[in-house]
Amino acid sequence: MKQLEFNLSRWMVGSGPENDIVISSRVRAARNLQNHPFPCLASGDETEQVLNKIKSATEGKAGFSDFQYLLMDQFSEIERQALVEKHLISLFLARDAKHGALLLRPDEDVSLMINEEDHLRIQAILPGLQLEEAWSEAGKLDDILESELEYAFDEKYGYLTACPTNIGTGLRASVMMHLPALVMTSQINRYLGALSQVGLMVRGLYGEGTEIIGNLAQVSNQVTLGQSEEEIVTNLSSVVCQVIEQEQNARQALLDKKRDELSDKAWRALGLLKHARIMGFQEAIQHISDLRLGHDLGLIKEVDQRLLNELLVLVRPGCLQLMARKKLSNREKNLERPVRVREALDRHFA
Amino acid sequence: MLCQECRRHEATIHIVKNVNGKQSELNLCESCARKKDELDFSFEPQFSLHKLFSSMLNQGLYGNREEMLADEKKCPSCSLTFAQFGQVGRLGCSDCVPAFEDKLKPLLKRIHGGSVHTGKVPEKARERVNILRELDQLKDELQEKVQNEEFEKAAQLRDRIREIEQDINRKNAETEDVDHNQEGEEH
Repeated sequence: MKQLEFNLSRWMVGSGPENDIVISSRVRAARNLQNHPFPCLASGDETEQVLNKIKSATEGKAGFSDFQYLLMDQFSEIERQALVEKHLISLFLARDAKHGALLLRPDEDVSLMINEEDHLRIQAILPGLQLEEAWSEAGKLDDILESELEYAFDEKYGYLTACPTNIGTGLRASVMMHLPALVMTSQINRYLGALSQVGLMVRGLYGEGTEIIGNLAQVSNQVTLGQSEEEIVTNLSSVVCQVIEQEQNARQALLDKKRDELSDKAWRALGLLKHARIMGFQEAIQHISDLRLGHDLGLIKEVDQRLLNELLVLVRPGCLQLMARKKLSNREKNLERPVRVREALDRHFA
Repeated sequence: MLCQECRRHEATIHIVKNVNGKQSELNLCESCARKKDELDFSFEPQFSLHKLFSSMLNQGLYGNREEMLADEKKCPSCSLTFAQFGQVGRLGCSDCVPAFEDKLKPLLKRIHGGSVHTGKVPEKARERVNILRELDQLKDELQEKVQNEEFEKAAQLRDRIREIEQDINRKNAETEDVDHNQEGEEH
């Protein structure tokens, strides 16, 4: 069987609006089939039935013609972890799903998870702040699927999902933001704390309840019932725009006062990424953040967005092991990481 | 138990490794576990929301947790009991919502603020949902007119509501007939 290769999704190589602060925008819609128990209660036979139903609903359909159909069982643990790190599948699908599968478009903008917590999760991820566009992409696939399948839909409660937090639109929209200036000026908690009061959720790169590392924060909607998809997406976008403005103000203030220090920080980060021989994940993520800020502020022109995004993904443990084609101990990962970072930098500077 | 690494924090993460039959155990606090990259997999949000539900359910609907666990109301399709839902935080099938509606409603209201879906509707359900949404709107208007003592307009609204409701009932009866016929054919 063909092994999964490490490649770059379009959200990493492409560019989008507000790309200096917003790395990517993602939406996912949860859907279930009528008259089939949800995956957590379903037997192996039942999840297989659902898989086959969804497979035949997509086969030969115009909107799905170039999609790859990938069964979770065909992947090693490392390959699945790498897919999680590229935000193409969820941890749940990687670890716990029975008859879990992924339908993936070659540009990796849109994907369909089958037998996740819900029967179907339709996902779109785009570079920069493009929530409306992402919802429109996911919505198109949803339109094709709803004509082929009987969705579990209630007139009052909308799309029915396994978890009550998704009932209604089933829509979770989220934005990955790089907020180094708000972190450096210790304003981050004030802003992010306020977000939870307007029905939004903030998480670190590692998920809920984790601290922000590499100055990366994910902001997403919490409410799915009582608001339309358009309202959810517009609300989130407008709040994100306000956070962007605050981050920009903080960046300008830093630039005015500490231009040399920021430049030094960015160049040191590049130096360490180029020359270090042992590097942990958190350290790498921090250097990439410093370098990104230097690039965004025009203090270091030798790197670009694409390289920074590539680094951000390839330093993660699953992707490292995917490239090494074997399971690595933590020490081996810390040795492998600088090698892969150097390779990427060499390709860029060649 | 204290964390084996820092010996300062309580160990909350216990990792049992089995390498070629050799078992080793590691007891770490969260921050040390992260440093060790043992939590490699934790890229997605680890929803602890279902835990939140149980506490919400405890406080709102039942006197205490025991009372909740003793609730044996079952979903007719998948046999999930509401007590089981309270423990795992996941519903079992599309019939669970109507089955537990009275109990889920306050929970949904607390999670989402709203309790009625106003977003996208699948094409197949659109006609019916539009009618129901119109009906709700007319009922709101009716209340308003009654309050403002505009009785003539209220009477018009009442007639229109009746008309729509009769229409819905007739359609319901028709689909039930169709269902019965289909069942008959299958047997």
